[in-house]
Amino acid sequence: MTCVLEARSLTKTYDTGGVEVDALRGVDLAVQRGEFVAIMGPSGCGKSTLLNLLAGLDRPTAGEVLLDGERIDELSETELARLRRSKVGFVFQFFNLVPTLSAVENVELPLLLVGRRRREARRSANALMGDLGIGDKHGTAPLLLSGGQQQRVALARALVNEPAIVLGDEPTGNLDSAATREVLGLLRAARDRGQTVLVVTHDSRVAAAADRIVTLRDGRVAEAAALEPPRPVTLPFES
Amino acid sequence: MRELFLALLAGDGVHGYELKQALEQEFGALLPALNAGQIYSTLARLERDGLVVGESVEGDNRRKRVYGLTEAGRAELARWIAAPVPGTRLKDEFFMKFAVLASAGLANPRTLIDGQRREYMQSLRDLDAVLAANGNGAAAELLVEGAVLHLKADLEWLELIEERMTP
Repeated sequence: MTCVLEARSLTKTYDTGGVEVDALRGVDLAVQRGEFVAIMGPSGCGKSTLLNLLAGLDRPTAGEVLLDGERIDELSETELARLRRSKVGFVFQFFNLVPTLSAVENVELPLLLVGRRRREARRSANALMGDLGIGDKHGTAPLLLSGGQQQRVALARALVNEPAIVLGDEPTGNLDSAATREVLGLLRAARDRGQTVLVVTHDSRVAAAADRIVTLRDGRVAEAAALEPPRPVTLPFES
Repeated sequence: MRELFLALLAGDGVHGYELKQALEQEFGALLPALNAGQIYSTLARLERDGLVVGESVEGDNRRKRVYGLTEAGRAELARWIAAPVPGTRLKDEFFMKFAVLASAGLANPRTLIDGQRREYMQSLRDLDAVLAANGNGAAAELLVEGAVLHLKADLEWLELIEERMTP
């Protein structure tokens, strides 16, 4: 298996007005292609910091981040932006859709940003929205959609340019249980199609959908547990 | 299972295989493979206890037995219907194991908690797979949703145990 995303001895120290706070204290993590990984841990354990470093949204104090085999912690802002556009898809808790654009315009945005032709981009966006069960929502403004539908649009936007990895920050944090199930189903389907998925979550149900759960505590990896394929479930009937 | 059988036999003149069908209809794929032996041994015990009465009837070419409730069986069913099912209190196998092993110094508390959390997460995954496979009946679906909520509470409790009882 090839490693899509790798953290090596990552540390991150924030200087908060003269007081140094260690958010990460040496994190090693390797995400394989086609894997679905969940990062869990109590608030303040460093999971959001880790996600930001892995996404190239912030720089580590020490250590390395490799995306698709390339060091990203030393890249310039321009290079980082280029890399993120082509290799990373993001799904956020609050969807972060552009409210003035229609659903399909949101989905095709990443393709236009990497220079794809408008017609071709529209065709890909439409096809993917159909696959995700929101084919009838092309022209709708995001705010007129339900939370679950907005997250599907956001997921389509994250997947449309077939990024090396899809990163999620509490992707179901704002959804009810039915919509959570739908989004989890879509993330699993993306994994089954060979996409790599990494989500940060405190929802055990989301984590249970992953192949591996990495738990952070006080800025360190406290535990990494691989989950097995689902076991059969039956009622404990005794005669 | 005894009381479930009493409820299913309230209609009188019920065949053993009809009991199995009724349970299958309610719980679908969640029902373990019940063999005829288990059904009939439960019926035999209910009959021995005087709650159920079996009667042989002439079938197509075989003798069949149909079952119904006795007076005592109806009373037992009425009692079961009227009484709420007790809530679960102070019953937790993991915590009893954890408390005893931890105080005796026989196991590392954190290792026990991590192992238990893995088991709960795997159970959550098992249950989610049932929900993801459509075609469950409404009863089966609710049963699984309930188990998911219980597991989430167990996981939260594990956090609390970890907070208070690990160095």
